Amino acid sequence: MSLDKDQVQHIAMLARLRLADDELAETQEKLSRIVDFVDQLSAAPTDEVVPMAHPLNQAQRLRPDQVTEANERDKVQENAPSVSDGHYLVPKVLE
Amino acid sequence: MMDLHSQTLTQLKDGLGRGDFSSLELTQALLDRIAAHGEELNAFITVMRDAALENAKQADAARAGGNAGVLNGLPIVHKDIFCTRDVLTTCGSRMLENFVSPYDATIVERMAAAGAVVLGKTNMDEFAMGSSNETSYFGPVKNPWDHERSPGGSSGGSAASVAARLSPAATATDTGGSIRQPAALTNTVGFKPTYGRVSRYGMIAFASSLDQAGVITRSAADAALLLGVMAGFDERDSTSIDHPVPDYVAGLDGSLKGLRVGIVRQHFDDGLDDATGKAVREALAVLEAQGASLTEVDLPNLDYCVPTYYVVAPAECSSNLSRFDGVRFGHRAEDPQDLLDLYCRSRGEGFGAEVKRRIMTGTYVLSAGYYDAYYLKAQKVRQLVSDDFSRAFENVDVIAGPTTPTPAFKLGDKTDDPITMYLNDIYTIGANLAGLPAMSTPCGMVDGLPVGLHLVGPHWAEESLLRTSHQFQQQTDWHAQCPEAYQ
Repeated sequence: MSLDKDQVQHIAMLARLRLADDELAETQEKLSRIVDFVDQLSAAPTDEVVPMAHPLNQAQRLRPDQVTEANERDKVQENAPSVSDGHYLVPKVLE
Repeated sequence: MMDLHSQTLTQLKDGLGRGDFSSLELTQALLDRIAAHGEELNAFITVMRDAALENAKQADAARAGGNAGVLNGLPIVHKDIFCTRDVLTTCGSRMLENFVSPYDATIVERMAAAGAVVLGKTNMDEFAMGSSNETSYFGPVKNPWDHERSPGGSSGGSAASVAARLSPAATATDTGGSIRQPAALTNTVGFKPTYGRVSRYGMIAFASSLDQAGVITRSAADAALLLGVMAGFDERDSTSIDHPVPDYVAGLDGSLKGLRVGIVRQHFDDGLDDATGKAVREALAVLEAQGASLTEVDLPNLDYCVPTYYVVAPAECSSNLSRFDGVRFGHRAEDPQDLLDLYCRSRGEGFGAEVKRRIMTGTYVLSAGYYDAYYLKAQKVRQLVSDDFSRAFENVDVIAGPTTPTPAFKLGDKTDDPITMYLNDIYTIGANLAGLPAMSTPCGMVDGLPVGLHLVGPHWAEESLLRTSHQFQQQTDWHAQCPEAYQ
């Protein structure tokens, strides 16, 4: 297999994903198959080819830096798992 | 009078205009059908019964007051990837199982402003990552033509609800074939516009350089009607392109005489099921009889499309889905030990297996030491694929072929091997890589299962695709066929 278990755990950590123990073997096997599959790209002749930046060659449009949205903090925070006084709560990050 | 559920959107629009029935009667009739058949197909995540009836009454009142919009009183359903204010918007994921959107997607807003009545939100592959609707946290959708088979994906619920006559039309999204493949497998019309044609604001992002919103309908004319409302510049979507919107319905008329249709030889190679190929060739003969000329064109980098896609799309998805952190919205794990544990377990629990694989594939191809070999390489190959299409469109107006290699496959058949599932999109992915408009139109039956004809055009050629499909539908009645149980 092209990826070993340690590599899979490392990628999972980079992606901030906890894999359950019973998920690891299957993830290793299927990810390896996907990596092997996309490896065929290495055969494509791409010398001198400029990588695509946009399918229609458009430049990124910018807008004036102005506030356009009304403040709907309370409505938006209705979806938050844990809030207090308009703040999002997370486990303690500083001792 | 013909049953209301068996009429197309265009027929219903005419009927409402003549006063044959009210939007309330129509909406009630379809809600009853959804109540009767929605569950057996698992096509819906949310049915918006009360809101739909209320909106239908408002539409009838607006019509009585002389203020009927283009879609006044017409029922539609939205794929559950589109944010709908104050309505559950799950994207088929446990991550968003309880997410009630605080705002409307632009297309939701535009269709509502035109008078459309939303019946509900349709089931889909989780975060639109899948080709069979089996990755949905809410379970697979069943194909109305055979309940043991997949309706395709990711817009499986939208396709099944239109095919089973639970709704005359549905919105959908297409990143690698997610509108066209389910349309082909359910005998519906699936239309994916040019990249940037329809606003992506409020459409939950999967792969931002490939994602495009479109529709699933029962006719090309219905797709034209809806596209005219959905298309157009939106300053709230940074990838929206400011390009004039023609009258798509008016553009349906006109002969196919002189239309240059390109055929790609590799589309008819070994990978294609024989009977499916035969149905597609017969459809091409119909176009020819209508005055179109068939020419062979070459897409030399076609075989690289799927591997290119499975680098680019996961890379973008790993970036887009980083917003799901268990802090601001979405699933949060119980009793996190610390912030890292909160992130990792919330995401580990909230995402399903396929979504995790795609995020990890994307993380891998973007990680230090691999970026050049995978991501940069894929963006170069993507340019080659796009150049192939540009060259082909110097000589033809539209490229035609099969939408899928086979008719609908059985649920469970392709879940063991991700690559087998990915290859189901081999004919559709190129259009996303190059940002081209494309559609699937019903063109035959194999052992009682539908076959789709795939049409791809140059950028902004929506009109010629819709006209080709519409004229084909004047000569054939494949698109009008309905599964026996849902007539």
